Amino acid sequence: MTKLFVYFKDYTKESILGPLFKLLEATLELFVPLVIAAIIDTGIKNGDKSFIFRMCLVLIVFGVVGLVFSITAQYYAATAAVGFTKKLKQKLFSHIQSFSFTELDTIGTSTLITRMTSDMNQLQTGVNLSLRLLLRSPFVVFGAMIMAFTINVKAALVFLAAIPILSVVVFGIMIWCIPLYRKVQEKLDKVLGITRENLTGVRVIRAFSIEENEIKDFKEKNEELTKMQKHVGRISSLMNPVTYVIINLAVIALVYTGAIKVEAGIITQGAVVALYNYMSQILVELIKLANLIINITKSVACGNRIQAVLEVEPGIKESGKTPEMINTDIIVEFKDVYLRYKNAGDDSLSDISFKVKRGETIGIIGGTGSGKSSLVNLIPGFYDATHGAVLIDGINVKEYPVEQLRKKIAVVPQKAVVFKGTVRDNIRWGNNNASDEEIYEALAIAQAKEMIESKGGLDFEIEQGGRNLSGGQKQRLTIARALIKKPEILILDDSASALDYATDAALRKSIREMQHKPTVFVVSQRTSSIQYADNIIVMDDGKIAGTGKHEVLMQSCQVYRETYDSQFKKEGA
Amino acid sequence: MNKKYNTGTLKKVFNYIKRYRILLFLTIILAAVTVALTLYIPILAGRAVDFIVGKNNVNFEAVLDILLKIGIISSITALLQWVMNNINNKITFHTTRDIRDEAFKKIQILPLKYLDKHTHGDIVNRLISDVDQFAEGLLMGFTQLFTGAATIVGTFLFMLSINWVITAVVVILTPMSLLVASFIAKRTYNMFKLQSEIRAEQTSFINEMISNQKVVQAFSRETKTQKEFDEINEDLEKSSLRAIFYSSITNPGTRFINSVIYAGVGLTGALAAVSGGISVGGLTSFLSYANQYTKPFNEISGVITELQNALACAARIFELIEEKPQIPDSDDAIVLDKVSGKIDLENVEFSYTKDRKLIENLNLNVEPGQRVAIVGPTGSGKTTLINLLMRFYDVNDGSIEMDGFDIRNITRKSLRRSFGMVLQETWLKSGTIRENIVMGKPDATEKEITEAAKLSHAHSFIKRLLKGYDTVINEDGGSLSQGEKQLLCITRVMLTLPPVLILDEATSSIDTRTELKIQEAFAKMMKGRTSFIVAHRLSTIVEADTILVLKDGSIIEQGKHNELLKQNGFYAKLYNSQFNI
Repeated sequence: MTKLFVYFKDYTKESILGPLFKLLEATLELFVPLVIAAIIDTGIKNGDKSFIFRMCLVLIVFGVVGLVFSITAQYYAATAAVGFTKKLKQKLFSHIQSFSFTELDTIGTSTLITRMTSDMNQLQTGVNLSLRLLLRSPFVVFGAMIMAFTINVKAALVFLAAIPILSVVVFGIMIWCIPLYRKVQEKLDKVLGITRENLTGVRVIRAFSIEENEIKDFKEKNEELTKMQKHVGRISSLMNPVTYVIINLAVIALVYTGAIKVEAGIITQGAVVALYNYMSQILVELIKLANLIINITKSVACGNRIQAVLEVEPGIKESGKTPEMINTDIIVEFKDVYLRYKNAGDDSLSDISFKVKRGETIGIIGGTGSGKSSLVNLIPGFYDATHGAVLIDGINVKEYPVEQLRKKIAVVPQKAVVFKGTVRDNIRWGNNNASDEEIYEALAIAQAKEMIESKGGLDFEIEQGGRNLSGGQKQRLTIARALIKKPEILILDDSASALDYATDAALRKSIREMQHKPTVFVVSQRTSSIQYADNIIVMDDGKIAGTGKHEVLMQSCQVYRETYDSQFKKEGA
Repeated sequence: MNKKYNTGTLKKVFNYIKRYRILLFLTIILAAVTVALTLYIPILAGRAVDFIVGKNNVNFEAVLDILLKIGIISSITALLQWVMNNINNKITFHTTRDIRDEAFKKIQILPLKYLDKHTHGDIVNRLISDVDQFAEGLLMGFTQLFTGAATIVGTFLFMLSINWVITAVVVILTPMSLLVASFIAKRTYNMFKLQSEIRAEQTSFINEMISNQKVVQAFSRETKTQKEFDEINEDLEKSSLRAIFYSSITNPGTRFINSVIYAGVGLTGALAAVSGGISVGGLTSFLSYANQYTKPFNEISGVITELQNALACAARIFELIEEKPQIPDSDDAIVLDKVSGKIDLENVEFSYTKDRKLIENLNLNVEPGQRVAIVGPTGSGKTTLINLLMRFYDVNDGSIEMDGFDIRNITRKSLRRSFGMVLQETWLKSGTIRENIVMGKPDATEKEITEAAKLSHAHSFIKRLLKGYDTVINEDGGSLSQGEKQLLCITRVMLTLPPVLILDEATSSIDTRTELKIQEAFAKMMKGRTSFIVAHRLSTIVEADTILVLKDGSIIEQGKHNELLKQNGFYAKLYNSQFNI
């Protein structure tokens, strides 16, 4: 959390002035009991009405000045808290932008989103509260004690005893409760889990008619939650009664010592009243402090989570120098490539070597987890080979400037992702300056032109996550988005899976007929999608099980043959 | 309008709390008693002060007597307070428990139409965070509203018993703090609204971009995305600052009013003391009352916002609880016992939304033991057919009959029990592998379970798991591969072996070898059973007794493979596209 403090840098003034004004206000509050004491001891005793008027005027002046002080404090605190969060958010967002795929995988996007949103909000609230109140409460507590000492040392000793006891009770109960709250949260998560499970599995649950069973299960989990909540409740609700008793015992001690001192003529009646008032102030502040600390603990946890993300070193590095381009016929080459993902126990790719000529179409086929996607993800440098080298135009991708590399290569990922906005905006991700004509051209190749026209053209608004499009429609849009780049290398990573065979075939045909003849990598589970490729790479368990044209593989590669047969078995036809 | 909405919700809330009315009654009594006792202590303290007049003028006997009383009363108060807190907790947590139970029960009988239309996040949100917020508001209402009201009344009476003039000062000045609070709240409402709008915009931007970070990078959009983010972020900073700052004036404002009241009490009290209308001790009591009297007023606006929020949350939960359930089985509904597997669809008409027709005039007669392959492009209505057969949705017109009975006249339970369903989207519940398998037959013996698992080729991989059949898996199947999950779902059906099967063939994401196993398992199950297969593989299609070719919701072609090829229609086109580019 402490490393986040640098983001206060632009708000140093505000971060100091905020608490400072708050303390000034608190100081005024500490003088109020003294004024009252003066009214009693001087005003009432001597029947001096004008003195009473003057003193009450002082109280009002205290109020006005206090108001000004505290509004100033609120302003500075709010400015600092909001500004701090803004800076931090900006930094975190750009930090995430710089993450390589490896970091994105290890951290996970859903965590990143929570940290950018709810953690940030909680942190902002915490910072704001801390700036305003964290110093105030201890200040008032100790201030009240010091004021008590100025009145009478003996009587003030009561404070010296009461404050530690109160602190132990307040913080003790809090420390006792925090882990229990975590347990409540765990139980709540269980209730949440079963609810979500029942929604996603509603069809299966109803098909098996096990609704009653699920209700029973839920009731048990819910009851456990309730029990835990009550348990924590019993402990946390001790706080007020116990502190109340302690404060009253302190009052008793205070009034009694006060009485002795008054009898001896050491202090006045008004002083006893002042001491009594200070004791009340302490109680109020301690309870405020306890609540504040609960809030701050939460915020610190959020702050730590944010810091953890900021501490992850981004893996994308620019080499700085532009390597010399070699004019070669081989556009992509894998030289003895191995890949092991971070934290993985085993290699995902091993011993991969092949060459691809410009303009060729390469089919990559294999079962789930056989390494197809891993292989193509190495080409744009999304991941770095752990051993060996991937060469583009004869240059190692690790040394290839990222900007240029990404310009050259277009990827259509497995998961079809479109963004909120018009169709035009979405397609222009591939090329900011594309004209409508060019966009339509790309849509036509992607077999999406008719579909888009029927939806009202390029101005059709896509909802967030592409909710108003079907899976197949989204896939075709992502293909068009890649095509508009006019890439030298086009990678289709199982990106036609939601298309029916007819559309898939038409798509392949129109890509083959494209004018600028890109080198195409087609990853697929279907033999029909790749069987006419110039070269087919058959993947099995991270290794190449065979390469060659369809006819060759049918003869030489058992894995390929099995796959083909399972999809095209025609016996009985 | 809004108010009426609130009172409606309030009534429903009371219906739940009603069960705990004895506790409710107790807590109100306790609130009154504890408040009265709490208020009595400053009076005692004041009296004690009156016996401590000056040098050699202290009545120790009286002082000690009063101090003893303070000790006893405060102890009793504390004890009662604790009891009251626990009662409040109990009412709150039990009420929310009841509401959650009710909501969950409701989910089980809601029509799928509702569940498909609402995002799961939304429903979960109602059941979890809305109920939580409601609980928080309710608890706060109990603890602060009752005691607050009691404090106001009690203080007022106590003050009146000491001196009515000073009381008047307090009573007249106090509402000012409410005025200040509501004045600020009104002014800041729009600022908060703006803030939450911009925040929502930012959140959805973050959601969209970060969850698709890989695409952002693949298209080198980092700079542009950052720029867009910064713009929203700047806007948010401005609106947040305004909202937070202006709303944070409330506290200093009401505190200022309090100091004015305090000064007012000081002045009138001291003047009264000079003329002997009140003792110094009385003044002391008064000053501490002035603080206590205003406190609930300051907090009241917070409590009201919190309560309003709680009611809004409650309204959302009740909306779910009161949602119209599916039509229950009628009392004379038929319980299917032995099913032959004969299924007839007559003139079935169905659509999810009124304005978009989907299935029209669908007729189909399936004899027991027949194999029906359903083919067609995405969105052609394949899943819809499953929805209708299982009665997840009811037909709009026409009828579906099972063994000659309209399925609407059959109990849902017995109808669904006669179907075995394996969907492409595998669903496993968190629990052990065994629990997942015996879903349809909870009393299955160990032998039956392993037998079924062997038949479905799941036994060998289950055995390899750390704890075999007792391995705990979480909601999304955890470390199991897609294919393994599918095999478990098949085992589940294999164990019950109902007379009719609905199988959704996997298209992607399963490797060929596992798929072969799955096919084999499917084949074993289908022997002698009526089966509907959403087919993607040619071999399945070719072997089917009837092929239904669906397009845009209606059956456009129907027949055997060879017949359909001869027709040279849509099916032929679909078939040929696999072999020719």
